[in-house]
Amino acid sequence: MDAEWILQGSEQAVFRLRELYQRHGYLPYKMSKFEEYDLYVRNKSFLVSEQILTFTDMDGKLMALKPDVTLSILKNSSQGKGLQKVYYNENVYRPASGAHSFHEIMQAGLECIGDLDDFSVGEVVMLAARSLELIRSDYLLDLSHLGIVAGLLAPLHLNGETEQSLLRSMGEKNTPALRELGTQLALPQSVTDRLCRLALLYGTPAQILPELEALTDGAPQAQQALQELSDLCALLAQYGLGANLRLDFSIVNDMNYYSGIIFRGYLPGLASGVLAGGRYDNLLKKMGREGGAIGFAVYLDQFQRLLAPQRGYDADVLLLYDGGQPPASVAAAANAILASGKTVRVEREIPDGFRYRELRDLRKEV
Amino acid sequence: MDYINIALPKGRLGEKVYAMFKAAGYECPSIEEENRKLIFENEEKGVRYFWVKPSDVAIYVERGAADIGVAGKDILLEYQPDVYELADLGVGRCRMCVAGKKDFFDDRTQTLRVATKFPRIARTYYSSLSRDIDIIQLNGSIELAPILGLSDVIVDIVETGRTLLENGLEPKEEIVPISARLIANKVSYKFKNTAICRLVDAVGGRE
Repeated sequence: MDAEWILQGSEQAVFRLRELYQRHGYLPYKMSKFEEYDLYVRNKSFLVSEQILTFTDMDGKLMALKPDVTLSILKNSSQGKGLQKVYYNENVYRPASGAHSFHEIMQAGLECIGDLDDFSVGEVVMLAARSLELIRSDYLLDLSHLGIVAGLLAPLHLNGETEQSLLRSMGEKNTPALRELGTQLALPQSVTDRLCRLALLYGTPAQILPELEALTDGAPQAQQALQELSDLCALLAQYGLGANLRLDFSIVNDMNYYSGIIFRGYLPGLASGVLAGGRYDNLLKKMGREGGAIGFAVYLDQFQRLLAPQRGYDADVLLLYDGGQPPASVAAAANAILASGKTVRVEREIPDGFRYRELRDLRKEV
Repeated sequence: MDYINIALPKGRLGEKVYAMFKAAGYECPSIEEENRKLIFENEEKGVRYFWVKPSDVAIYVERGAADIGVAGKDILLEYQPDVYELADLGVGRCRMCVAGKKDFFDDRTQTLRVATKFPRIARTYYSSLSRDIDIIQLNGSIELAPILGLSDVIVDIVETGRTLLENGLEPKEEIVPISARLIANKVSYKFKNTAICRLVDAVGGRE
């Protein structure tokens, strides 16, 4: 009997992902469900949502149900020789979008922390792509490099708030709003034009990279970022992952935490992204640590729809008996059905709403 | 074949917008017939239209039931859906305003009572002015509130201002100009990129 149908969609995905990460030498990381609230307060805007479920522990400490895994891993990771490569599979608690309630979200992912180089960054992005590939071969992985947008904005010395509103409009691919902001802030026309163009770019590396040369012209920081991005694309192509890559500069994360490569993964038929990740050296720096860090999370709760096979019944056979049959003969009949590879439910009456393919009534077989 | 699913807002604005889609080459003859159907397809053009309540368009698009849709900026500001906002269609123009009785004088010593269908817009606007307000959320006939003394002012959409005028009210401050926007689901934009971009360019005159 195929075990696949017993595992629900997200459970299947966890199995496959754990195997993938383990094969590449990442070590499992298990943590407690709770964490001191203080950890999150200090890094509130790193979190997807600032709403956190809290409670008071027996000793009066304010605790939180984990809204995020990365911060816990960073806090507990030790510094030493070599990189830290860990993967996890945990539940996190965040508000559901649109509803005024919290959700439990099953999340798997990995983090690579330490003195990163081009290979280790490439490996993490490759594993992100492979994670999606395990679920469906027609996935898309969108890549961006924060250094490109940051490089264009750097000479303008904008304050945090205006930068945020520019980035928000970029995230919406909202060029009318970008132009309006450009006028309000009296940005040079060439910068506004470039930001608008960047926001709208979408396509394979081969299509987009040549155009980026012109867009980053005269901005050294952006050019360096572009070089990193095109090297990464070349490495990923060598892994055989070129076809599903797209470049999209409307993906923008908070630059106080993220720097460098960022990426998002999508599957057809699911209305929102299922994977998000990137390089967050700045968060590490905020926590007083040297080196770099990159990681991603896969949101498993949505996979239910994709992987769970649709079954129109609860059991193959419904076996009915009554007081007339000795338990041993009921057991023998059930065992015979199981031995033939079918599933069986044994009852004295047909349960309400129960769906079966075949009915066997021992009462009539006497 | 893969259709592009398009959510249009029921009513006058939706009809105007459909005319724009039609002019851009995305007509759908069945939609122009009088009937009780909910979904209208044109296989040749690869489009599937449906009418939904204007305030629901953003939800259909955000959740991917529609790939693209047309929604007023008021709805986008109020619900803040996670979608791409690809073009300003330039139709359905109006203003989000604060309005009140002609003789109302805001002396800023009291908490302002604000009646509105758009609590988020009202709250954001007044908090940018550091003003403490009391929001009274209503679902219709907003103009009644200041007349009956339920609120001091209202935050609502003003098109011509005639309704206000006929009831002894007037616009006091403009919060933001409103128009219809073409929005797209973020994932659909990626998987149906060519088709959606072609449509947006044709309808929205995007750069």
